[in-house]
Amino acid sequence: MTDIRTLHDAVAELIHDGDTVAMEGFTHLIPFAAAHEVIRQGITDLTLVRMTPDVIYDQLIGAGLVRKLVFSWGGNPGVGSLHRFRDAVENGWPRPLEVDEHSHAGMANRYVAGASGLPFAVLRGYRGTALPDRTDTVSTVVCPFTGEELAAVAALNPDVTVIHAQRADRDGNVQLWGLTGVQKEAALAAKRVLVTVEELVDRLDSRPGAVVLPHWVVTAVARVPGGAHPSYAAGYSVRDNDFYQAWDPIARDRERFAAWIRENVLTTEGTSLR
Amino acid sequence: MTGWTPDELMTVNAARALATAKTCFVGIGLPSTAANLARRTIRPDLVLIYESGALGAKPTRLPLSIGDGELAETADAVVSVPEMFNYWLQAGRIDVGFLGAAQLDRHANINTTVVDRGPDRPEGRLPGAGGAPEIAANCGEVLIVLRHSTRNFVDRLDFVTSVGHGSGAGDRERLGLRGRGPVAVITDLGILRPDTGTAELVLTELHPDVTVEQARAATGWPLKTADAIGTTVPPTDAELSALRALKAA
Repeated sequence: MTDIRTLHDAVAELIHDGDTVAMEGFTHLIPFAAAHEVIRQGITDLTLVRMTPDVIYDQLIGAGLVRKLVFSWGGNPGVGSLHRFRDAVENGWPRPLEVDEHSHAGMANRYVAGASGLPFAVLRGYRGTALPDRTDTVSTVVCPFTGEELAAVAALNPDVTVIHAQRADRDGNVQLWGLTGVQKEAALAAKRVLVTVEELVDRLDSRPGAVVLPHWVVTAVARVPGGAHPSYAAGYSVRDNDFYQAWDPIARDRERFAAWIRENVLTTEGTSLR
Repeated sequence: MTGWTPDELMTVNAARALATAKTCFVGIGLPSTAANLARRTIRPDLVLIYESGALGAKPTRLPLSIGDGELAETADAVVSVPEMFNYWLQAGRIDVGFLGAAQLDRHANINTTVVDRGPDRPEGRLPGAGGAPEIAANCGEVLIVLRHSTRNFVDRLDFVTSVGHGSGAGDRERLGLRGRGPVAVITDLGILRPDTGTAELVLTELHPDVTVEQARAATGWPLKTADAIGTTVPPTDAELSALRALKAA
């Protein structure tokens, strides 16, 4: 049975200095509260994996906790740049950031390989682009049946995958719906899985199109209502587009960013409830 | 309705380019605005596909991100991201890919990764590839919408993120890219299309009151022009009011 924990305890037990951590959620269901708990606990030297680093990784990078970023699109969706990410890559502030950069198709397939227990995945991608010149996790493989040369991408197997979901039952079976992104693959690729949920229920009603992660592949669940804000949880909240726009001037300025983290993350109690 | 902005001209013409498309893989920003405008004007049945997993999204207002909740709520089907890229895009099921760019070269190759800022400064960081390399490779054809300036239309890309026509005619076939690649680049000055012989972009249409000199001055390579350059039809009242309603919603 999955452990039902407070967010503080779940993060402390599952995520360690130096870990490779994937916090997934494609615009929807981004586990912001868990990332804020990582910042409060000062867990550092992380390799962060995520298709779209989004504001969640802008915050972790700006807080100086990230050594390396594995990703495929690093912008603030619909708004512009991720300024903390840019500052780290361009100026090494607050510390240098190594990057391993892919396309979305490549990243998605890297998780598929990880979830499948395979060393790599095959796709028709990257051809003619300069992306393979800057990474050692893209290569080619020749199809043994047709002779076609295809792209091969190395499997991703994070130490920990963190996701946010709508619901879990008291055994720790997890249910998420709406845009479910790459979360199933990211969870099944990982050694440990932490899920924050909007609510804990006695019984999970079946929902068409929902993804269910059985309790025996989930290491810990923490109840964190609103834990995806400013992202959202379909059925519970809507995307706070105003926040994403307001983030731009905050993240542009190092001191303003630091003040925002102090006031909104470091001095805020974890909102986790058992 | 009198008067329009250069961006409105560009968006209206980009929407018109979808007149015969059935399915369109939509990037956020200008492509999404144009594709949603097409659904409200010339192509009500256009199937909008967003990489977040929404197949057949019918948003009532413009989404800020490719993952706004309304895209999933109004979609014919919602699929996972690996399914989207593997079963739908890679398998060649999507007619048109609609992309933006930071830099574009004369063969419609795209850079959205890094820009060179000179020997004394580190590379400028752009968002990166996202879905674009495989959209450019695997959609039936590609439309690009981009504001026309020497900053965007460059002689040489600082990085090749997504392949248009590579180094010229025949390159897509050599690389094994299945779609036809870019068929039009729609800007705020006019429309460029690849030459049928060389695949180099040629100025084929100008918007009303724009001159060839303006287009040449905004292009970072010696821009070739068609023998007879057309003029785009001015935006109609219906197009402009649909676009403005979309942006205001």
